[in-house]
Amino acid sequence: MKIALVGNPNCGKTTMFNDLTGSSQYVGNWPGVTVEKKEGRLKGHKDVIITDLPGIYSLSPYTLEEVVSRNYLIHERPDAIINLVDGTNLERNLYLTTQVVELGIPTVIALNMIDVVKKSGDKINVKKLADELGCPVIETSAVKGTGSMAAAEKAIDLAAETVNPAKQIFSKEVEVSIASISSLVKEHFEPERLRWYAVKFFERDEKVLAGAILSEELRAKLDTIVSQAEKNFEDDSESIITNERYDYIASILEDTLHKKGRKLTASDKIDRIVTNRFLSLPIFAGIIWLVYYISVTTLGTIVTDWTNDTLFGGWITEGANHFLKVIGTADWLNGLIVDGIIGGVGTVLGFVPQMLILFFFLSILEDSGYMARVAFIMDRIFRRFGLSGKSFIPILISSGCGVPGIMATRTIENEKDRKMTIMLTTFIPCGAKLTIITMIVTTFFPGSTWIAPAMYFLGLTMIAVSGIILKKTRLFAGDPAPFVMELPSYRLPSPKGVVIHMWERGKHFIFKAGTIIFIACGLIWFLSSFGWNMRMVDDIDQSILATLGQLISWFFAPLGFGTWKGAVATISALVAKENAIGTLAVLSGVSDESNTQALIAGVGSMFTGVSALSFMLFNLFNPPCFAAIGATSREMGGIKWTFIALGYQTLLGYSIAFVTYQLGSVFFLGKSFGFGSILALIIVAFVLYMLLRPAPRSTDIKLRSTGAHA
Amino acid sequence: MKTLKEIQPGATVSVAKIHGGGALKRRIMDMGITKGTELFVRKIAPLGDPIEIQVRGYELSIRKVEAENIELI
Repeated sequence: MKIALVGNPNCGKTTMFNDLTGSSQYVGNWPGVTVEKKEGRLKGHKDVIITDLPGIYSLSPYTLEEVVSRNYLIHERPDAIINLVDGTNLERNLYLTTQVVELGIPTVIALNMIDVVKKSGDKINVKKLADELGCPVIETSAVKGTGSMAAAEKAIDLAAETVNPAKQIFSKEVEVSIASISSLVKEHFEPERLRWYAVKFFERDEKVLAGAILSEELRAKLDTIVSQAEKNFEDDSESIITNERYDYIASILEDTLHKKGRKLTASDKIDRIVTNRFLSLPIFAGIIWLVYYISVTTLGTIVTDWTNDTLFGGWITEGANHFLKVIGTADWLNGLIVDGIIGGVGTVLGFVPQMLILFFFLSILEDSGYMARVAFIMDRIFRRFGLSGKSFIPILISSGCGVPGIMATRTIENEKDRKMTIMLTTFIPCGAKLTIITMIVTTFFPGSTWIAPAMYFLGLTMIAVSGIILKKTRLFAGDPAPFVMELPSYRLPSPKGVVIHMWERGKHFIFKAGTIIFIACGLIWFLSSFGWNMRMVDDIDQSILATLGQLISWFFAPLGFGTWKGAVATISALVAKENAIGTLAVLSGVSDESNTQALIAGVGSMFTGVSALSFMLFNLFNPPCFAAIGATSREMGGIKWTFIALGYQTLLGYSIAFVTYQLGSVFFLGKSFGFGSILALIIVAFVLYMLLRPAPRSTDIKLRSTGAHA
Repeated sequence: MKTLKEIQPGATVSVAKIHGGGALKRRIMDMGITKGTELFVRKIAPLGDPIEIQVRGYELSIRKVEAENIELI
């Protein structure tokens, strides 16, 4: 038996889903889209599967989440629905309910946050509400864990019964039209779903109309009925329905909801300060600084260093070494396990504690309602680059580590905004890239104080420039997503909810990105340790990797580091960015990496100032490390978008490095102006053109002009 | 035509008509801004856009470009 969980965002669905299913959950994506699909078995009922649908406000045909939800409800047809309704915000929550009950699926209403309602002094007449809506209403508090099971059991009982037909809730005129539509199409649909289809035909819902097999003649008849109603109401039919749903809700709430006189709630008071015109930006900066300070620079670094150096570097490596020695395995196997897998995977897993700390704070910010305010405050800036206010957090986090930054894009509901943010967020230098910057600066530009900050600035600029350029391409063009966003009431986040959210984000990384990194690390280790004769080599110069490096070094020649060493350093930086330094150290024959003088001398001989700059820029802007690529691939939810992201990043990194090297050589090294420098100028001109050209069929303008005409 | 875009914080207004169409109009209405609804304009974001309004007992953020589609009585 299947039960679907339906409800608005922020109504406690995740908490209830966890309550009902415990640990038996499986999370994936809905087929073909990156909307999260969660399923789990109901505790104590092995045969009952709970499906958690995305949080939605309506069953309109316009957003991905809504379309996914209604397709599931209509085509997969769960046996029953639990509709979560936030008791503190009945009016808007019941709007979805009026649509859900039309589906002809047995529905239970879980009146959630009932504890908060009672505390506020509001009174809801539950019995009357159930009568009016035509389905049972169960009082629940998912956070306190009360009522959820009762709601689920009620849903199981209901699934066995026949469904009551949905009530007629619209005005007489609209109901007459819907009745005429029903009688015209009644042969085509089962009786219990007839009302849903009739209402959708009345709304001229394009997706439903396109999916229905109706004769042209019938379509024309439907159109006449709807046009007549539209004429009478002087409004489009979709709006007539929406208006009347809200009118209906207002009328039933008059009898069932008694609000205690509204005072200034605690939430209002907090909001007054937090989004105050003058205080909001300082408060915002303070909170972000605190989160960042704790999770990236202090506590986060301590645990990451501990995991890397003590746990993986010390205990596990030594333990494994010892163990392998005792059982007497071959040298190459020891190498694969200790250096390749433990070393590589350990580096990546080292980020996990830091990431969990970060997600812990992010979950607090989100569950408390502050994250929506961040979007509210920052939207003005990010909108210019084709992003929304919600892109701020991922970019900020990426300055610590790109992996959690990419994962944090889950809070962006809009698909295009999310994909764009995933693509661009790693342009901001992360902690590991900082080691590359530091090395290049100390080696080639000693004493320079501006290059390092300039890289952060350049990262931000590239995000902005890319946003503007990409927004004009076919991939991201289209109507800007409406930024009509709920600002949920501030709540004290429940420890349970925060831990659930933190773990849900973290485990994706540990399990999924882990598998890709595992394979990649083993492969790189193999290529760098073995020669073509399949024997282990002492000198990395004779490894397969060195030969492969020579094969691809031509690719980097136009960037100024076309030696196999530069190529290999760049490739090993893909495993983890800080590897670039280690590899360069090894390749330049410096055995002791901490010997800075030797490192500077060794690396210094490999590059000129200009090619060093180009090497650094390429490694900052080309695709991030394997861990982040793994996260990208997971979050993009498909090969196509992963390649688009990686392709764009490679192109951008290559172009920046190319322009820097070619023009830099002319200006600083006195190289003559040639083919390369002309090409570099063409690239610059092309980017400027892409940046400044008017957006083809700008939707911003279209929106405004419709407003003016109407 | 007076639209929500021009309203200063602290004012309570009533919706006459929603302009535009498609996804944006539906979204605005889905969130409870329908004909005759009372809106209380709570504040403008520190950088001047978007605005925060109270509608049907909850808080909603809406960009000025979008607020321009909401005609008031």
